[in-house]
Amino acid sequence: MTKNERMKEQILRTSGVNPLKCMRCGKCSGTCPSYDEMEYHPHQFVYMVETGDIEPLLASKSLYKCLSCFACVDRCPRSVEPAKLVEALRLMVIRQQGANHFKADDIPALVDEEIPQQLLVSALRKYSK
Amino acid sequence: MKVSYFPGCTLKTKAKDLDRYARESAAALGVELAEIEAWQCCGGVFSMATDEIASKLSCVRALADAAKQGQPLVSVCSACHNVLKQTNHAMQTDETFASRVNNYIAPDAPYHGQTKVLHFLELLRDEIGWDAVRAAVKKPLTGKKVGAYYGCLLLRPSKTMAMDDPENPKIIEDFIRAIGAEPVIYPYRNECCGGYVTIEDAALSKKKSMQVLDSAQGAGAELLVTACPLCRYNLDKNGEGKLPVVYFTELLAEALGLKED
Ligand code: SF4
Ligand code: SF4
Repeated sequence: MTKNERMKEQILRTSGVNPLKCMRCGKCSGTCPSYDEMEYHPHQFVYMVETGDIEPLLASKSLYKCLSCFACVDRCPRSVEPAKLVEALRLMVIRQQGANHFKADDIPALVDEEIPQQLLVSALRKYSK
Repeated sequence: MKVSYFPGCTLKTKAKDLDRYARESAAALGVELAEIEAWQCCGGVFSMATDEIASKLSCVRALADAAKQGQPLVSVCSACHNVLKQTNHAMQTDETFASRVNNYIAPDAPYHGQTKVLHFLELLRDEIGWDAVRAAVKKPLTGKKVGAYYGCLLLRPSKTMAMDDPENPKIIEDFIRAIGAEPVIYPYRNECCGGYVTIEDAALSKKKSMQVLDSAQGAGAELLVTACPLCRYNLDKNGEGKLPVVYFTELLAEALGLKED
């Protein structure tokens, strides 16, 4: 098994997604509120995981632009649920030693008086292990 | 009627009005929100990863506590409700996940998602009923044009949340009608405000929040109601005072005559 095949297997297991169900209609990307900010779009995540083109996704800032809004999950006609791949890829990166994208130490510089705890907890859950 | 209540962290700190007016309104409508003992933070977001277990344990403990009392578990915050409901769904449908969780936390009785998880809006609609809400209104908000801001978490993923039609929801509009105000339907009522990504990319959340506010204002809304402290923060911070945003429980308490202006 090549490294790419191993990574693909891990991503499919963590996400529970079957990319072969995708008909490449682009609805997920069309509805994605982060589309303009993403280098790779939800339908590309599906296609690139399927073809084993995984390294560029792991290196992309797109992983941190997903809002977890579940729009692509709900609106995909084939129930592929691309956000689950984005989540699995992001975890593959941040679960490595020292690879947290957001650290508790970053917080004091970023908070204002009104910031809800919910925001900080959510960001820590998404961006660090 | 007595239900188990999961307030959540933010309702104890920055969103006290969401909590306080929920409790007072529920009491006026004959429902006691019994705060469960020793609840812990829901985590704010549900991890979609099937192998993420530790971060879901606090929700299972709360759900199992409600099961022990034989009561539904009610929350008011959209995020808490979303995480509790998705976790409960995973306990019902994912046997591997459920057995690992049960082995680890060893609850008094094995937990398999038996608790009914309700958002406060569902409590109003399904348990109390809009007619009873309407009958309890003392100061109807007549003539007020209110936009419902659903955001993402109340409705999606819709197969799990099962609160309403995810594309054409009406639960908040029905709520607005019940308190005597006029609901304003606008295109972006169930699109994202930018969520937690505001900390990573403030410009992105600014853009998303503005789209929501412009959409609501364009349709004639005078104010927006939300159930989510993060939505409210993003809309307020990015909105440049475009539209006031309040918690739906504030309007409910006002209409029930429980709130001094
Ligand atoms: S919406 Fe679904 S089927 Fe269409 S491209 Fe996206 S993942 Fe594929
Ligand atoms: S969940 Fe993420 S990838 Fe999917 S539509 Fe929302 S922002 Fe885009």
